[in-house]
Amino acid sequence: MSIELAFRLDRGDFSLDLSLALPGAGVSAVFGPSGCGKTTLLRVMAGLERSAVGHLRVGGRTWQDVNQFVPPHRRAVGYVFQEPSLFPHRSVEGNLRYGLRRSRGNGDSARLEQSIELLGIRHLLGRRPHRLSGGEQQRVAIARALAMEPALLLLDEPLAGLDQKRRGEILPYLERLHRELVLPMIYVSHSREEVARMADHLVVMDNGRVQAEGSLTDVFTRLDLAIAGQPGAETVIEGVVDDYDSRDGVVRVSSDAGPLHAVLGQLGTGQHVRLQVQARDVSVALQAPQHSSILNVMPARIEDLAEQGTGHVMLRLRVGDAVLLSRVSRRSVRELSLEPGLEVHAQVKSVALLG
Amino acid sequence: MPGSADLTALWITLQLAAVSTLILLVLGTPLAWWLARTQWRFRFVVEAMVALPLVLPPTVLGFYLLIALGPEGPIGGLVEALGGQPLAFTFSGLVIGSVVYSMPFVVQPLQNAFSAVGRRPMEVAATLRASPMDRFFTVAVPLAAPGFLTAAVLGFAHTLGEFGVVLMIGGNIPGSTQVVSIAVYDHVEALDYTSAHWLSGGLLLMSMLMLMAVYALNRRFLVVRL
Repeated sequence: MSIELAFRLDRGDFSLDLSLALPGAGVSAVFGPSGCGKTTLLRVMAGLERSAVGHLRVGGRTWQDVNQFVPPHRRAVGYVFQEPSLFPHRSVEGNLRYGLRRSRGNGDSARLEQSIELLGIRHLLGRRPHRLSGGEQQRVAIARALAMEPALLLLDEPLAGLDQKRRGEILPYLERLHRELVLPMIYVSHSREEVARMADHLVVMDNGRVQAEGSLTDVFTRLDLAIAGQPGAETVIEGVVDDYDSRDGVVRVSSDAGPLHAVLGQLGTGQHVRLQVQARDVSVALQAPQHSSILNVMPARIEDLAEQGTGHVMLRLRVGDAVLLSRVSRRSVRELSLEPGLEVHAQVKSVALLG
Repeated sequence: MPGSADLTALWITLQLAAVSTLILLVLGTPLAWWLARTQWRFRFVVEAMVALPLVLPPTVLGFYLLIALGPEGPIGGLVEALGGQPLAFTFSGLVIGSVVYSMPFVVQPLQNAFSAVGRRPMEVAATLRASPMDRFFTVAVPLAAPGFLTAAVLGFAHTLGEFGVVLMIGGNIPGSTQVVSIAVYDHVEALDYTSAHWLSGGLLLMSMLMLMAVYALNRRFLVVRL
């Protein structure tokens, strides 16, 4: 079960030309600047761009190839548009039932109930869309798409039209979908934060082409991409909470990088967490520091480094089975003779919980 | 009080307006939909043809219709060849004339309403498994409802007020093709101002009420649609 596609689309000043194989589960984020073709890619996949040439197979089903073009209404796709796009002439429930009634299940109410529950919109069912806030409308739109039990959920910057507060209201719901459903999702975004929180797999697009593709961690830590060159560069590490010390509120998370200690609030053991480590919060030392206030000091090896032009150098460190980015000064690199292959000690000053 | 001939004229007028409006909605809806969506570069030619009755003197329009509907004309000839009755100076002929004459009043509001709906709701419906026909009736038509109301009322009201075209192709046959506007003209010619007042006042009141209904309802629709 996977998603394979290859498409070409020419529109004079813009062209899309890419080929991708995406995992059949989890969130694949498509990241890139505005105008890079992210939305067009989703529209092509949904069958809304008739002039795109190529092929698309979703979970063994062919939606488009040289011989056939399955029209959008016959594709088992759920599409959440960038701006809330509820039908103004139907109530919230009417909107939810619109797609449900027309999909295979023919009004399977169990699935509808689950969608209502997942997005927390039960209290909105009788309302008209214009009485809802932007965030509520978007939650209903997501539930409407989910209720049809799509084979693939396409989300086109569903948070872009919302302010920071509303975004914060929806993200937890999206993360919940991610945790509780096996449904593959393609999440288009130009927000690094959303990608860090949501994505398992990452596709970086630029000018209608795929610039990089791979697991979130791999792509985020590739020093040849602009994504790792930004001031907010970070590493995302997933792990499981295995201890909580109530004396000083420190959580121990076992991860590919080894045990990480951090003050993250009270978390239950066994809980799956996604952690963020900012590159600027990671420093290196040639010898294991003694009597340090830093909780996490781990043996590491420098894999790669890249100049950042501002007197900084970005290091990619191998720590256990994980990779960490570390942003240090050029002077430190010279004075410590940091170079690829060198064994160091990585000091992680701060670890944040994503979501 | 209006005489029985006047009541008959009123009845014919209402029938004519109702039948014409119905036909206009059936024909005008697909045409307006097509005009609102097509990328065809010569769309403007069709739009100009639809708008022609707005600027053409009704007598000119009526003259061409008379020729087209007559036994020698393309439409009248065809109908007669198929074993039908001649169209000129009949109620059917009046309906054809009214449909052409009131076409812009139905097509333009519908076209504007469909354009205002835009492509996005239709795309949303497509991703919600609605076939093209399904999404037209369940999304485009309800969202364009104010346009339908405007189109129907303007088409109806405009047909009520038609004079020149009717005179040219329908003549003035009491009980068959005599409509209110022409009956008023006859009364004035005969200096029967009392009857002319009754009919004119009635038409004025009816038209005013209908237009007020359109504007009032459209305002409410706008509030609902934001």
